[in-house]
Amino acid sequence: MPPATDLIAEGERLMVICNACRYCEGYCAVFPAMERRLTFNEADINYLANLCHNCAECYYSCQYAPPHEFAVNVPQVFAQIRARSYRKYAWPKFISVNAVLAVGAGIVVAGLLAGSRTAGDANFYGVISHDTMVAAFGVVFACIIAVHAGGFLRFWRESGRSVGAFFRGAALLKASRDVLSLKNLDSLGVGCTYPDDRHSQARRRFHHLTFYGFLLCSASTTVAAFYHSVFGWSAPYGYFSVPVVLGTVGGIGLLIGPPGLYWLKRRRDPAIVDAKQDPMDVAFLYLLFLTSLTGLLLLALRETAAMGLLLRIHLGIVLGLFLTLPYGKFVHGIYRWAALVRSALEGP
Amino acid sequence: MAVFECAPVEYRGGNSRHTRNMRVSTATYPEDEYFEDLHRVTGGQTTEELARIIIRQSFPATQWMKAHGVRFQSALGGTLHLDRTNAFFLGGGKALMNAHYAAAAERGIRVLYNAEVTQLDISNGKFTGGTIRLNGQAAAFRAKALVVASGGFEANLEWLEDVWGERARNFIVRGTPYNKGNVLKLLLGCGVESVGDPTQCHAVAIDGRAPKFDGGIVTRLDCVPLGIVINKDGHRFYDEGEDLWPKRYAIWGRLVAEQADQIAWSIIDSKVVGRFMPSVFPPVTAPTIPLLADALGLPASKVEATVRQFNQAVRPGNFDHQILDDCRTEDLHPPKSHWAQAIDRPPFCGYPLRPGITFTYLGVKVNDRAEVQGLGDATNIFAAGEIMAGNILGKGYLAGFGMTIGSVFGRIAGKEAARAAGH
Repeated sequence: MPPATDLIAEGERLMVICNACRYCEGYCAVFPAMERRLTFNEADINYLANLCHNCAECYYSCQYAPPHEFAVNVPQVFAQIRARSYRKYAWPKFISVNAVLAVGAGIVVAGLLAGSRTAGDANFYGVISHDTMVAAFGVVFACIIAVHAGGFLRFWRESGRSVGAFFRGAALLKASRDVLSLKNLDSLGVGCTYPDDRHSQARRRFHHLTFYGFLLCSASTTVAAFYHSVFGWSAPYGYFSVPVVLGTVGGIGLLIGPPGLYWLKRRRDPAIVDAKQDPMDVAFLYLLFLTSLTGLLLLALRETAAMGLLLRIHLGIVLGLFLTLPYGKFVHGIYRWAALVRSALEGP
Repeated sequence: MAVFECAPVEYRGGNSRHTRNMRVSTATYPEDEYFEDLHRVTGGQTTEELARIIIRQSFPATQWMKAHGVRFQSALGGTLHLDRTNAFFLGGGKALMNAHYAAAAERGIRVLYNAEVTQLDISNGKFTGGTIRLNGQAAAFRAKALVVASGGFEANLEWLEDVWGERARNFIVRGTPYNKGNVLKLLLGCGVESVGDPTQCHAVAIDGRAPKFDGGIVTRLDCVPLGIVINKDGHRFYDEGEDLWPKRYAIWGRLVAEQADQIAWSIIDSKVVGRFMPSVFPPVTAPTIPLLADALGLPASKVEATVRQFNQAVRPGNFDHQILDDCRTEDLHPPKSHWAQAIDRPPFCGYPLRPGITFTYLGVKVNDRAEVQGLGDATNIFAAGEIMAGNILGKGYLAGFGMTIGSVFGRIAGKEAARAAGH
C-alpha cells in the first residue's frame, strides 16, 4: 500500500484504507459519506475532498499516519485534491489571476471612471456617477455570478442528481445549517485540531468573523442599492442608517477575521496542509482585509478632501477582489456547500 | 514522575493505539452478565475477585477518562452488536492516547520517548531504579515506585519462534512492533511470579498481505463465513458457518496456523460482495474457479473439485448473514452449518489468510492492588495492562476487555504507586 503518485489514485488509496478502519466516522461529514461507498472513482474523490474542512482530527487520530508505511494523511491529500478540483470545475476555464495585478487594474479602471472629478461632503456620485458605478459593477457582478454558477453546475453534475435536487428543502436546510455554524470545524463542541494537535475554536471563530463580515458588507451594499432604486434615497447615508451599520459591523468582522486566519495559518502544522495553496489563500485574506480597511477609512473620511482618492482606491480593491473571486479561495465555499448538500441528500 | 516509552512519539501508547472501544458495565449491562460473558470466553480461566473489580470499576473509569479529556461516541458502523456493552473512543485508540498524553503534559508529567528499560534494580523485593537506553544511550534512573505497563511479547519474533517453532515465522503481528516483552522478561528473571499460559496467544485470521507489524484493524477479513476457506492443497478444513462471525473471529488464527505454511484462502463469489466490511487489500478475482486457483497459486483441479463438492452439498434455505440462518450443507465434511450458498456467480474472489497475532497471555501475577507477586509483601512494583491481563483473561477474548483491564488497573496501579512513593 505505498503512496500513489497520482493525486486521485492517492485519494482512492486513502479512502480504501479509511473505509476498512472507520475509526474517524464520528468526526465529520467525510467518513459517513465514504462509508456509503465500496469503491471510489475520481468524482467521488473530488466530492469527498470538497467535503473535507481540513480540521485534521483524523490525521492526529490516525494509527496509520506517517511514519507508518500506510502513510495516511487525509487532510493534506484532500487539500491538494481540492486545489486541483478548483481548476477542474472552473468555468469556462481556470485562469490564474494575480491579486496585485487585479487590484492594480481595478484602481486604474476606477481612476478612468472617475476621471479628474473631485467632490466634497461625501458626495461619492460626484466622483463617479451612480449610473457609471452601477453599470461597471453590474457587469462585473453578473460575470462573477455566471462563472460561479458554471463551476457549481460542473461540480454538481457529477453527483448524478438534478439541479432541482440541490434545492430540495430538508437537505439544503441541513447543509446550510452546517455551513452557517461550521459544524465540521467544531469537533463536537471542542473545536478542531488546528493549527496544531490541540483542540481550539480559533479557526471557527475567525472564519465566522470573516464569513459573516463578508455577508454583512454584501447586505449593506444590497440595502443601499435598494434604498437608491426603490426609495430614491441617495448616498451618503447617516452613520446610524441600516447600510452604514451593516457595513461597519461587517467591516470590523473583516478587519479581525482575515488577519486571525492568517495568524493561524502561519502557526499551523505543515503536515496537514497543502503549502502550494498559500498564495491563493493569503491573497484572498489580504483583499478582504484591504476592502474593509479602505471602506471604513472612506466612511471615516468621507467628508474630507481625501474622499475622492480613497473612493478610487476602495473601488479599485473591490474590483480586484471581484476579479480574483472565481479563481481564488472564495470558490471553496461554493463547492463545500454543494458537497454538504450532496452528503445531506445521501445521508440517513 | 516520568513515563518511559520505548517507542518514538508517533507510535506511543502500545497497542492502545489500535483499539477502538472498551467494555463497560452499566445498568443495561449488569455486572453478573458481564462476568458470565468473561467466564464463558475464558472457560473459567479467570480470577473472579480481580475480574469483578475490573467490571465494577469499568464505568467509573470511563468517567475519570472523560474528566481527563477522553471523548466517547456511539458504536461505529458495522459494530452495532457492541453498542450495549462497549463504549467507543471518538476517533479510536490513538485519539484516546493523545488525550491521556495531553492530560499528563498539563500536569507536568515528563514522557521520555525512545526510552527502553534494559535493567531493573531490585533487592529484597524492593525496586530502587534501573537503566534505560534513551535514543541509544544508556542512562541510569532512580525511583521510589514502578508501574509496568509494557505489554506482552507478541512482537518479539525470536521469543515467538522459541514458543511456536518455525511456523511462527509466518505469523503477522497485528499491533505495535515495540511489545517485545523485555520488561516482562526482566521481572520474571527477578523472581516475579508469572501468570497465563506461556504457549498461548490470541490470533485471528487476517489478510496475508498485511505488513509484518502494525497493520491493525484494516487487515482483518470478515468474509470467512460468507464463502469457503481452503488450504494450499485446495481442501476445506473447518466449518466456516459454525457461529456468528464475532464469536468465531478468534479461532481462525489458530486454524490457519495449523495448516501447511500457515496460509489459507477465503473464496467467495460475487453474490456476497458488499455484505462484509470492506478490507484494505483488493481480492484476487477471476471469471472461473480454476482461473482463480491459478491466480492464487493453488492446484486448480483440486480447488474446482472442492467447490463442486461444496456446491452440491448446499441445501436450499433463506440466506441472512445477520442471523444463524438455515443455509447449510448436507453430507459434507467438514460441514458448513450456516450461510452456505453455492459459489457459482462470477467473478470469483480470493483473499489469502495468515495468522495475525494480537497479544500473548503470559504475564506477571498481581493482587487486587496491582502489586506484582513473588517479591514479598513490601514490593513497590505494580503492573497494569496487557502485562497482567493474564490474571483475568486466561484464554479467549472479549471485545474491548483489554482496554477495560488496562484502564481500571492503570488507575489502581497509579494510586498504589503514589502511595508506595509516599505521596
